[in-house]
Amino acid sequence: MTSIQLILVVIFIVAAVVGYLLINNVPSRLHTPLMSGMNALSGVTIVGALLATAGALSGSNPVVGYIFGTLAIILAMINVAGGFAVTDRMLGMFGRNNQNRDKDD
Amino acid sequence: MNKVLGIIDGKEFTTGDTLLELSYLIAALLFVSGLKLLSHPESARRGNLWAASGMGLAMITTLLLHKTGEGAGIPLTNIWIIMTAIGLGAAIGWMIAKKVKMTAMPQLVSFYNATGGAASALVGLLEYPNAVAGDTGSILVTVLGLIIGSVAFSGSMIAYAKLDGKVGDLMKPYMTYINLVILIFTIGMGIYIVASPNQPSEMTWAIYTLMALSLIYGVMFVMPIGGADMPVVISLLNAFTGIAAAMAGFIYNNQAMILGGILVGAAGMILTVLMCKAMNRSLLNVIIGSFGVGASAAGGEHGTIKEITLSDAAVLLSYSQKVVVIPGYGLAVAQAQHIAHEMDELLESKGVEVKYAIHPVAGRMPGHMNVLLAEADVPYEKLVEMDDINPDMPNVDVAVVIGANDVVNPAAYDDPGSPIYGMPVINAHLAKNIIIMKRGMGKGYAGIENALFFNEKTRMLFGDAKNSIQKLVSEIKTM
Repeated sequence: MTSIQLILVVIFIVAAVVGYLLINNVPSRLHTPLMSGMNALSGVTIVGALLATAGALSGSNPVVGYIFGTLAIILAMINVAGGFAVTDRMLGMFGRNNQNRDKDD
Repeated sequence: MNKVLGIIDGKEFTTGDTLLELSYLIAALLFVSGLKLLSHPESARRGNLWAASGMGLAMITTLLLHKTGEGAGIPLTNIWIIMTAIGLGAAIGWMIAKKVKMTAMPQLVSFYNATGGAASALVGLLEYPNAVAGDTGSILVTVLGLIIGSVAFSGSMIAYAKLDGKVGDLMKPYMTYINLVILIFTIGMGIYIVASPNQPSEMTWAIYTLMALSLIYGVMFVMPIGGADMPVVISLLNAFTGIAAAMAGFIYNNQAMILGGILVGAAGMILTVLMCKAMNRSLLNVIIGSFGVGASAAGGEHGTIKEITLSDAAVLLSYSQKVVVIPGYGLAVAQAQHIAHEMDELLESKGVEVKYAIHPVAGRMPGHMNVLLAEADVPYEKLVEMDDINPDMPNVDVAVVIGANDVVNPAAYDDPGSPIYGMPVINAHLAKNIIIMKRGMGKGYAGIENALFFNEKTRMLFGDAKNSIQKLVSEIKTM
C-alpha cells in the first residue's frame, strides 16, 4: 500500500465515524430532506464519471467509452441536480412556515 | 501549471495537480459541514447549498485541471461531449424535482438513488479494462463498486415501481433460498475476477456477467419486501449508493468521492437502523422479509363497529378543548393535508386546541408526514412528535385518526403474538374519544387487525378522507 492509499483509508474511516456522529441526533421531522440531501451527495460519483469518460474517450475503445461514459454522466447528474433541487424545495416549505409564524406573532 | 512541485509515491505533483487535490479537499470539507448543517432545522437549507457547491467545485476543477495520459488536459472535443451530457442530466433532474408532488417523494428519492447507483456501476465497468492484472487492490474496489452500484440501481428501480403502484409484492417462502443462491454466485464471480491472473482487458465477459448477476440480485432482493418496510429499504439502498461512490473513489484515489460516498454510506446505515428501531424490527428481519406472513395470533376478539354521523362528529370536535389529529399515509393518498389544515384553523378559531401527532414512520418514508403537512402550510409548532404527545394523550378530548392504522394499533402494547408487538405507537386509545376516518374496513399496510376500531370510545367515519373532512368542515361552519 502506498502512502497516498494509506491516507485515503484513514479518510475512509474518519468519514464513517463523522457520518455516524452527525446523524445520530437528527429530529425525525428532518429525516425526509436529510435522506434526499444525502442521496444527492452520493451523486459525487459524477466526479468518477467525468474522470472515466475523459479517459475512455481517448482510450482504446472510444465507442464504448462514449456510450457508457455519457450515460454515466447523465445519470449521475440527474442524481446530483435533481437531488439538491428537490431538497431545497422541501426545506423551502419548512422555511415558509417559520416565516408565517413570525408574521403571526 | 505544469511545474513539478514534488514527487509522492513516484507520481509527479505539478501546480495544477496540487490545486486539483486542494479543491477536492475543500469539496470534502463542504460535504461534511453541509451534512452537519442539514441535520438542524434552522440551518438545513444552507447545509444543502453548501454540499451542492462542494459538488460544483469538484466538478469544475476536475474538468479544468484533470490530465489524461501524458500531462495533457482533457481534449476540447471531449469537453464538449462531457458538457452536453452534464447539461442534459442536470436539465432532466431539475425538471423532475420542480414538478414532483410531495406525496411522491419516496418514489423520487428511489429514482434518483437508482441513477446514482447506475453511474457508479458504469464507472466500474469503464475502468475495469484499464486495470493491470495482479493489482488486486484496484480490481477489488472496481468490482465492489460495480456490484454495490448495480444492486442499488436495480433495487431502487423496483422500490420506485412498487411505491408507484406499478409492481406488487412477490412473497414466496422459497425466494429467500433463490436470493441466497444468486448472492453466492455474484460474490463467487466477484472473487473469481479479483483473483484471476488474466489481464482485465481479456476478461470483459466476466465483468458483464458480474454486472448482470448483481442487477438480478437487486431485483430479487427488493421484490419480496413488503410496503410497510419500504422506508427501511429506501434508506438502505441510499447507503449502498454512497458506498458504491466511495469504492469508485478508491479507483481514482479521489478524496472527495471517498469522503462524500462513505459519509452517505455511514449516515444511511445509521438512519436505516434508527428506522428499524422505530418499527421494533431487526434489519435482518426486514431483509429476509417475514412480515405479514402468518400474522395476527389473537385476531378473534372482535367487537362491534360504531359509526358516527358528520353532524355528531362536528359537534364533538367543536365542543372539545383538546383535539389531536393523527395522520397516516391514507391522508397523503387522499391529498387531504390541505383540507385538514383548513379544519384545524376552523377549530382553533372556535377556541379548540389542535395538534398533529406525528409517528416517525408515518407515510412511506421517515419524516414524510412532516413534509406533506409543511406543504399544506401547517405551522411547525402544531406538529408534535410521538414521544412528546404520548404522556398527554389521556387529557385529549378527541383523537382524530386520518388514514393511519398500524401506528395507532394498541396491539403493540398488549398482544405479544402480533408482528408489531413492541413497536412504539401513538396512544390514541388513551384519548377520551376517538374518531377514525377510513375508506373501509380493510387492514393496514402490515395486514394486521386493529383493536382500536372496536374500542368502546371509538367512532368510525367511513369514506375518502378528503371528502369526509370537506363535509366535516362545512358542517362545523354551519354551527
